[in-house]
Amino acid sequence: MSIYVDNAATTKLSEGAAKIMIKHLSETFGNPSSLYTIGQEAKEVLEQAREDIAKIINADQREITFTSGGSEADNQAIRSAAYFGKRKGKTHIISTAFEHHAVLHTLDHLKGEGFEITLLDVHENGIVTADEVEKAIREDTALVTVMFANNEIGTIQPIREIGAVCKKYGVIFHTDAVQAIGHLPIDVEADNIDMLSASAHKFHGPKGTGFLYARKGVPLINIIDGGAQERGKRAGTENVPGIAAMAYALKDAVDNMEKNNAIIIKKRDALIEGLSEIPHCALNGDRDKRLPGNVNFCFEGIEGESLLLLLDDKGIMASSGSACTSGSLDPSHVLLAIGRVHDVAHGSLRLSLSEDITDDDVKYIIESVKEVVEYLRSFSPIWRDLVSGKKQFIL
Amino acid sequence: MALYSDKVMDHFRNPRNVGVIEDADGVGEVGNAKCGDIMKMYLKIDDEIIKDVKFETFGCGSAIASSSMATELIKGQPVSEALKLTNKAVAEALDGLPDYKMHCSVLAEEAIRSALEDYEKKKSEK
Repeated sequence: MSIYVDNAATTKLSEGAAKIMIKHLSETFGNPSSLYTIGQEAKEVLEQAREDIAKIINADQREITFTSGGSEADNQAIRSAAYFGKRKGKTHIISTAFEHHAVLHTLDHLKGEGFEITLLDVHENGIVTADEVEKAIREDTALVTVMFANNEIGTIQPIREIGAVCKKYGVIFHTDAVQAIGHLPIDVEADNIDMLSASAHKFHGPKGTGFLYARKGVPLINIIDGGAQERGKRAGTENVPGIAAMAYALKDAVDNMEKNNAIIIKKRDALIEGLSEIPHCALNGDRDKRLPGNVNFCFEGIEGESLLLLLDDKGIMASSGSACTSGSLDPSHVLLAIGRVHDVAHGSLRLSLSEDITDDDVKYIIESVKEVVEYLRSFSPIWRDLVSGKKQFIL
Repeated sequence: MALYSDKVMDHFRNPRNVGVIEDADGVGEVGNAKCGDIMKMYLKIDDEIIKDVKFETFGCGSAIASSSMATELIKGQPVSEALKLTNKAVAEALDGLPDYKMHCSVLAEEAIRSALEDYEKKKSEK
């Protein structure tokens, strides 16, 4: 038995994307900056991918810059908008408390450079409102950056409404759409998005490839200096095989989104329903406004790493926001941001599904999690104190 | 490379001496839920020899394995020897722990010590 339910961490490369990669690694291997035929062929492949991706999100191909992935795109987007604002005396940035570290740590750096950062509360349901963003906007706000959907608890943010607020006040709006793109419809025009980060390996594309969409008029700064690739905004020989495979995988994901989501949502809901039967547990994040494939629970009285290791023994590959899985003493900042106390946040489990999951998998996962949680509780001193009444249940 | 040694995984998967001793002569609990690790040790001591030891642990794989190994190391030992148990000995017996998991072996040492202190305290009150 082997069930991979950690698709928010990474996905398996699709067969079609793999074929494209091999083709451009071995046949169209030229450097797109070279003048001879295979160089120019590679250039064509690169520009076709750019055009395809731009079309999918309703952008212009000149607004797409290829990067090494989501983290680089986040870094470049946020720094670009921040420095652009600074030139006009705007040094205030608005974000949320549960962004990905690629965003939060970039904001930390900017704070050190004199920027003022407002991190909005995401509430118990894991959703920030456009109204709260509007209230936080000031004269000197340079940028609002809010993730499209959260990577741990899957909650979907009101991007279109936040974008509309930003538009109204002339503030640049960036969204880290790494978890959302390919899984939710995205139209940068309709959704009022000025900048967007994406990563190929979250939608069955290859690792090490991503892109940044930046609306015309938002000047980019370089994170990597060097040659004149990507209109001088991102040096380094282009990862043509990866980029072509990303364009293919994104098109495939978007073309099949409705069909895949119909399957995934059904399985997600069955998992949520089944796991909810475990006593003293709670679903993390809004029940409905969540990614089709995201299931995230806290189980009181147990620790997440032990849970993951025992599930791995049963062939189930999942993840946790427990401190022990991250190498720090603090559990996930996302779970803390939605108000889970440390004791409970340590006992979390994230299952992120792909369209290949079956009803049997769902059944097996529910049975296995129930069994492992019960086993770990059987010798947990916290559980003993909770059951005996020495401590109060939180969940 | 795997995160844990085979020995850690063995003690995690098949923890020795799990449970509770209702009429324990010494009980020690260390750690806190905030950090994600709690260990509770129960000792049955007769004639200054640790006749039985049981543990309960809330924590990660290495916390459970460290508790299990620590109980094995002191079971049947005189109290005077058990007091000398170090976290290093626990970690070594497990064929090592990742650096950031060494605190689990420290907790195991502290849990044993705390239970032994409780035993000494109860003894002096008799």
